Amino acid sequence: MAKITLDKLSHSYDPNPSGPDDYALKEIDLDWVDGGAYALLGPSGCGKSTLLNIISGLLTPSDGRVLFDGKDVTDLPPDQRNIAQVFQFPVIYDTMSVYDNLAFPLRNRGVDAARVDKRVMEIATMLELEDQLKTRASNLTPDNKQKISMGRGLVRDDVNVVMFDEPLTVIDPAQKWKLRSKLKELHQKIAVTMIYVTHDQTEALTFADQVVVMQDGIIVQIGTPVELFERPRHTFVGHFIGSPGMNVLPCEVSGGLATFGGHPVELEGRISKVGQKTEIGIRPEYVRLTDSGIPAVVRKAADIGRHTVVEVIAGKSSINAIIDGPPPEAGTQVHLSFDPSQTRVYSDGWIATEVAS
Amino acid sequence: MSLELRNVTKRVGADTHIHATSLTLEMGVFNILLGATSAGKSTLIKLMAGLEKPTTGEVWVDGQNVTGVSPQKRQISLVHQFFVNYPNMTVFENIASPLRVAGVAKSEIAGRVEEAANILQLAPMLKRFPDELSGGQQQRTALARAIVKESKAIFLDEPLANLDYKLREELREQLPELLAGRGTVVVYATSEPTEALLLGGKTALVHEGRVTQFGPTTEIYHSPTNIHSAMVFSDPPINQAPVTKRGSEMHLGSQLSWNVTGEAAGLADGEYTVGIRPHHVTPTPPKEASVAFTGTVQITELSGSESVAHLMLGDLRWVSTASGVHPYELGKDHTFHMIPGQCLYFSPDGSLAARGADHG
Repeated sequence: MAKITLDKLSHSYDPNPSGPDDYALKEIDLDWVDGGAYALLGPSGCGKSTLLNIISGLLTPSDGRVLFDGKDVTDLPPDQRNIAQVFQFPVIYDTMSVYDNLAFPLRNRGVDAARVDKRVMEIATMLELEDQLKTRASNLTPDNKQKISMGRGLVRDDVNVVMFDEPLTVIDPAQKWKLRSKLKELHQKIAVTMIYVTHDQTEALTFADQVVVMQDGIIVQIGTPVELFERPRHTFVGHFIGSPGMNVLPCEVSGGLATFGGHPVELEGRISKVGQKTEIGIRPEYVRLTDSGIPAVVRKAADIGRHTVVEVIAGKSSINAIIDGPPPEAGTQVHLSFDPSQTRVYSDGWIATEVAS
Repeated sequence: MSLELRNVTKRVGADTHIHATSLTLEMGVFNILLGATSAGKSTLIKLMAGLEKPTTGEVWVDGQNVTGVSPQKRQISLVHQFFVNYPNMTVFENIASPLRVAGVAKSEIAGRVEEAANILQLAPMLKRFPDELSGGQQQRTALARAIVKESKAIFLDEPLANLDYKLREELREQLPELLAGRGTVVVYATSEPTEALLLGGKTALVHEGRVTQFGPTTEIYHSPTNIHSAMVFSDPPINQAPVTKRGSEMHLGSQLSWNVTGEAAGLADGEYTVGIRPHHVTPTPPKEASVAFTGTVQITELSGSESVAHLMLGDLRWVSTASGVHPYELGKDHTFHMIPGQCLYFSPDGSLAARGADHG
């Protein structure tokens, strides 16, 4: 187990990069504490897989260093980094039993039989695979195969880090729940540093203590799930996290006041900077349908069980609101009010209001 | 236009993949097949599309028995989970291919391709090849191919499953509007309950080769007629427990009892299974009447807007979901509140016996 440091890391697949656009990763600085559960979250092409490959040693970065517990490992090949990886598709030996599959990474390192047995039994118990230890891996369901892949990733207790690359992609939603909780439980029991790469916000937020959100090769925000939800630093984070994501609405700023479609909008606090493009960010959870306020027309509404998602049109903007109670009819005239403590201005994408003290 | 399964079964060797199923799907509504992987959704689609032949029973489209008719002759479109495009053709040619196969006049093709491309926002990409497109654009190309020709039915078999989360959200928004008013029967298979609710329309719940319930999506979410439907249509899974009704009280082991409410007040004394959705088990007292109990918190998950707790109630593992952030201590006892008015009570045979809510 180790603390992982990424020091001024950048990478271009182009041998002669001519500008920032040629970089898949732009200067990344990051410290991951020993024993934490981390997620790398972002859409396809954001650089998260590149970053993962650099940490595992499959890729050497163009610039910068990777440190495990302060020791520079940038030039070490994967097999000398002492890491475990779990991939999107199960990697197991079909002809071996579940037991032998779990034992493999330990036997491979010459661990003595008694210790192998102890670890395999511990991991099998945690994953609820005790009854299937003698089963041939080829006879397992896809989710049990993936459980074994996870077990193989977790069986060694001397690794620096366990990395998961979209491990639940092939799993059924009902099973996803179980495996996700299992993984979380395992992390709480064995406290090894884990890095989980995904494009799925739910997986990232439920697994990780701290989430790194990436876009276009940069880190746009690092925070706890609550921080990312409550106060997105960038409109991208607000949009990407949450379902539906944060409403991002064009606004005018003058004299320290923000207006949307001519209506004054009360904010969480003072506007600290004004760039070329100013927008208001407000999550659907904090938009209310009221009798007075910004006029809007209901476009559609969906009862999704726990609550209702309403899409309204105000001026040229589409705005989502999450409400309790029955869905209003399409075409209904409504008024919107925004919870001021959750309403912010973003300037050129970045947060530009300060929390009132 | 309608598509009808009449007493269709599908057996392969000794295995029954589809038990006798009758189902009528109409055009003008979004028809959803919701069920876990390998529940039988894809088999149902293959039977409807003619890619598989039913062992017994008939398939009717537009008032005609098409049971033995090949898929090519059925005028249908199919979109799979994995984007299937011709890698050596441009987006234009990919979209045009079904028209060329159908022998549509050359003069008409360009206009129809452009129309489909516009709807799916592919107009700027018509000259590109599939490998120059993002995953979402590739799947939109597959969708454009499905809508470019006139079909009696369009089958979408988990078409968004392999897309990025946000893209999925976007296309899910657009699909119902895109396919509305095209004069075809739309059938959409998914394994995600929330996706079904967001798509609306009508849903058929599929469980182990059977359609357990069919009706307007929100209606069957709120009123499952059996425990399988309740299980299929709940994410996270619905909490369950064996309970005993004695007089006006419902007993869950020795830990918990409550006064029966609503329809359930009329139930005969005896053994039932209670089902209650995770958001009706809350860490703070809800507005509705509730009973408090103590659960040991095993795992917590924070998804930003929501707190999820996995808790042990005796030997039972339940899940609670609530808006906002709730501080739980792992391994510690916490008080939870369960809403009897939201309970569903099932008979030993799995059918819904009564709800904790009133009629209607």
